[in-house]
Amino acid sequence: MGKYIAKRVVLLIIIIFFVSVAAFFMVHLLPGNPAVTILGPNATPQNEAILNHTLGLDKPLYEQYFIWISHVFRGNLGQSFTTHNTTVSVIKNAFPIDIELIVISQLMALAVAFPMAIVASRRPNRLFDQISNSATFGLLALPPFVITPVFVLIFAVTWHVFPGPSSYSSLTSNLGSNLHDMILPSIVLALGSIVVYFRLLRNDLISTLQEDFITMARSKGLSDRRIMWRHALRPSSVSVLASMGVTIAGLIAGTFVVESQLQLPGLGYQLIYYIGQLDYTVVQGIVLVVAVAIVIINFCFDFLFTIVDPRIARE
Amino acid sequence: MSNVAPALAVAATPPVVEDNVVKKKLGLFFWICVGWIALIVVLAIIANLLPLPNPTFQNYNAPQNAGPAWGHILGTDDLNRDIFSRLIYGSRVSLIIGFLGGAIGMILGGVPAMFSAYRRGRVDTFLNTTSYVLLAFPAIVAVIGIVSFWTPRNIWKITLIIGIFGAPLIFRVIRASTLSYATRDFVTAAKALGASDTRILFKEIFPNLVPTIVSFGLIAVATIIVLEGSLAFLGLSVQPPTPSWGNMLYEGSQLLQGSSGQTNPWLVYFPAAAMFSLLFCLNMVADKLRSYFDVTEVKL
Amino acid sequence: MTLLEVEDLNVSFATPRGTLQAVQGVSFELEQGKTLGIVGESGSGKTVLSRAIMGLLSRHSATQTGSVRYNGVEILNAPNKQLRTLWGTQIAMVFQDPMTSLNPVLRVGHQISESLKIHLKLGKAEAKETALSLLMQVGIPSPVERYDAYPGQLSGGMRQRVVIAIALACAPRLLMADEPTTGLDVTVQAQILDLLSSLQRDRQMAMVLVTHDLGVVATRTDEIIVMYAGNVVERAPTRDLFKRMAMPYTEALLRSTPRIANPSHTRLISIEGRPPDLLNPPAGCPFAPRCPYVQEKCQREKPPLVEANPGHSYACWFPLDTAAVPQGAASS
Repeated sequence: MGKYIAKRVVLLIIIIFFVSVAAFFMVHLLPGNPAVTILGPNATPQNEAILNHTLGLDKPLYEQYFIWISHVFRGNLGQSFTTHNTTVSVIKNAFPIDIELIVISQLMALAVAFPMAIVASRRPNRLFDQISNSATFGLLALPPFVITPVFVLIFAVTWHVFPGPSSYSSLTSNLGSNLHDMILPSIVLALGSIVVYFRLLRNDLISTLQEDFITMARSKGLSDRRIMWRHALRPSSVSVLASMGVTIAGLIAGTFVVESQLQLPGLGYQLIYYIGQLDYTVVQGIVLVVAVAIVIINFCFDFLFTIVDPRIARE
Repeated sequence: MSNVAPALAVAATPPVVEDNVVKKKLGLFFWICVGWIALIVVLAIIANLLPLPNPTFQNYNAPQNAGPAWGHILGTDDLNRDIFSRLIYGSRVSLIIGFLGGAIGMILGGVPAMFSAYRRGRVDTFLNTTSYVLLAFPAIVAVIGIVSFWTPRNIWKITLIIGIFGAPLIFRVIRASTLSYATRDFVTAAKALGASDTRILFKEIFPNLVPTIVSFGLIAVATIIVLEGSLAFLGLSVQPPTPSWGNMLYEGSQLLQGSSGQTNPWLVYFPAAAMFSLLFCLNMVADKLRSYFDVTEVKL
Repeated sequence: MTLLEVEDLNVSFATPRGTLQAVQGVSFELEQGKTLGIVGESGSGKTVLSRAIMGLLSRHSATQTGSVRYNGVEILNAPNKQLRTLWGTQIAMVFQDPMTSLNPVLRVGHQISESLKIHLKLGKAEAKETALSLLMQVGIPSPVERYDAYPGQLSGGMRQRVVIAIALACAPRLLMADEPTTGLDVTVQAQILDLLSSLQRDRQMAMVLVTHDLGVVATRTDEIIVMYAGNVVERAPTRDLFKRMAMPYTEALLRSTPRIANPSHTRLISIEGRPPDLLNPPAGCPFAPRCPYVQEKCQREKPPLVEANPGHSYACWFPLDTAAVPQGAASS
């Protein structure tokens, strides 16, 4: 087991390294000259050259990378050219919003998917199962960028049930209002996750319910309810747990979309904003943080998976 | 493809059937969905031949943000352009990026996957680990980064980028499928008869892969269309005034944010409905195909 | 005291290719304290029979007709609610493969004490004590350590003992053992079977022992039913069966059982041919295609189960002691 963990950690480090390289080069290899952006109308060749030198842009790329990485390790992600906020502060303010969105949306998704899957797996291919399966198809066809404007139109503009764009208040300032703001985007994000969790759990439950030990449990005279909760759900939940890492990674695009529509100042919103400003320092920093976060989340879920099911570690 | 999770996870978990009498027909619903997709494709191709108002340029003769009316069956948008016409022309963007991008991903990812899985050895280990590492980086972030800086944006660049970033995932799926066939006895038998590797791959293994490729391919197309749509919604896809469904939703959503108070629900509902219908049909067709070809599904 | 009565039990399944007749017209009675052996090849319907008797078959997939009475009460096609009052406390089952019949993620002790807590309403400590004593009764060494083990940590033989412990936890009066030793090492098989017999004697349980191995039932049963293609083809008290076999199939089964006593390199005798298609049973005796004594009548008409000698029934037109010479002889 320890060997397995060590292997995974090494892989994790390699991946994080690769991610940092990718984040750096992605931004630097693309056309566009930050010096020009910063100087704006003052962009004479001499000024450009001076600025390039100050920013260290005339050094070879790999050297720039190492300088940047060494700064990162010291907690310095640079500073925006345009707003003069430090990258770190931008990220620090934006991150909690995304975390909140993810947590609330996944809780919603699980709260819906679990009962649905339990009921559906009891009578496979009967009415409820068929309805829920079709419903999940519908949900798959409603990605965030399609459903968000529709929801906003219906719930915010027409019916005034939920707040519309640009009315965000933070968690600390006003809890009730904050949660109210979060409901709509969380629902949007939850839709896709519901599909994944439902499908996985339903299939797994149906498979598990056909296992011999379930027949044996029945022959012990245990009630259906007990069999479902005590005997079937535990082995079946494992697949849901395993998929959470991937599901959360898949939420990124959706998160960006809802933030953009509702003007929630999360990481996605900031990323788009700073890209628009051609402010590559911040962009780099955000890309790095997001990518590393995803990698670590996946790693944690993989790890959880092996604890719950020790057989995986042996493979 | 970090947007992958719902659709691909669904594709990867075929439903377990516990019924006695399993109908292995594709069903009417399947063909309706196929027909709908075909209709969209055909309309996109022949759009120029249809009597549609100009979808790109502002038309001062037409009303602005109007609802459905005689001359404009689905209404007009913010720049007085006919929505119906924009929908038809706009489908080209989604279809091209979806199918062409998917094809690029399939070729870049799928072909090496087949060879890699069949040959095994160090090349395979290397490619596999690489794909694993590549997949760790959330593709959407990379795509956003590259697309936003590689201006001016056009449909071919976007298709290329998305296709390239889709390749690692496609690689893994096709590799896994190929592996499951490559170890089977009929392959060993062919080898014993002296067949060359290429021949085995294309004559023996590939035909078995076709169902997987087709149904997974359709899901990949749907996923790419969603990815492009998300990009468009962030203002990062093909540039206006080119019509695309994603762009239209972008414009519709921008109006919602505007302080002008002016909203155009038609600019939201109609593109949303169009997108919904296309995605629904793609997913449905992919799933029905997969279940039709999956022999392991029947259980007594 | 008759505990179990089965009368004309038929079980069929609807499949995409037609109706599969798994069990046809099975009848027997079992008294308290007695052991019934049900013998047959795979596909003979013996497992379906045992599950049908217990009521474990899914009502959606299986059509069951006939009658199964436990203690005089009809239980065939009874609602699960009613069956649950019997399962575990009155009737229990030991399954074939202990690796799959034990829940891999639950501890062994918990799986035993579960029934105790639910059916007998024992408290946690009491249940554990009882479970430990059960583990000892089934012959598991150091039960206290094994109590917390997961099934994957035990050997095949020990797992099967655990399964038996679970089955016996609430002291049922009827035990159905479905191929309880088939997956185990030969050396362990005898131990498990002996264990079952002694437990049965101690508790005066009735037992149904389902197996494909005639050797297993030879010394441990009071009565034997031989099944083929879903039908009972011979039924007799054990000694009578071996003394005077009537059905050629039974004879073939016996001959095909390899014996340690045989000199080495003795040829393994198998029964030629394959079991019939249960979807479209051919006319006539189901064993006809493989029977070395087959005659023309056998292929035309299906022989009914007749009770020639008291207690001994068989379904054969030309039972062994009256049969003419093997295949090729003139038809009667």
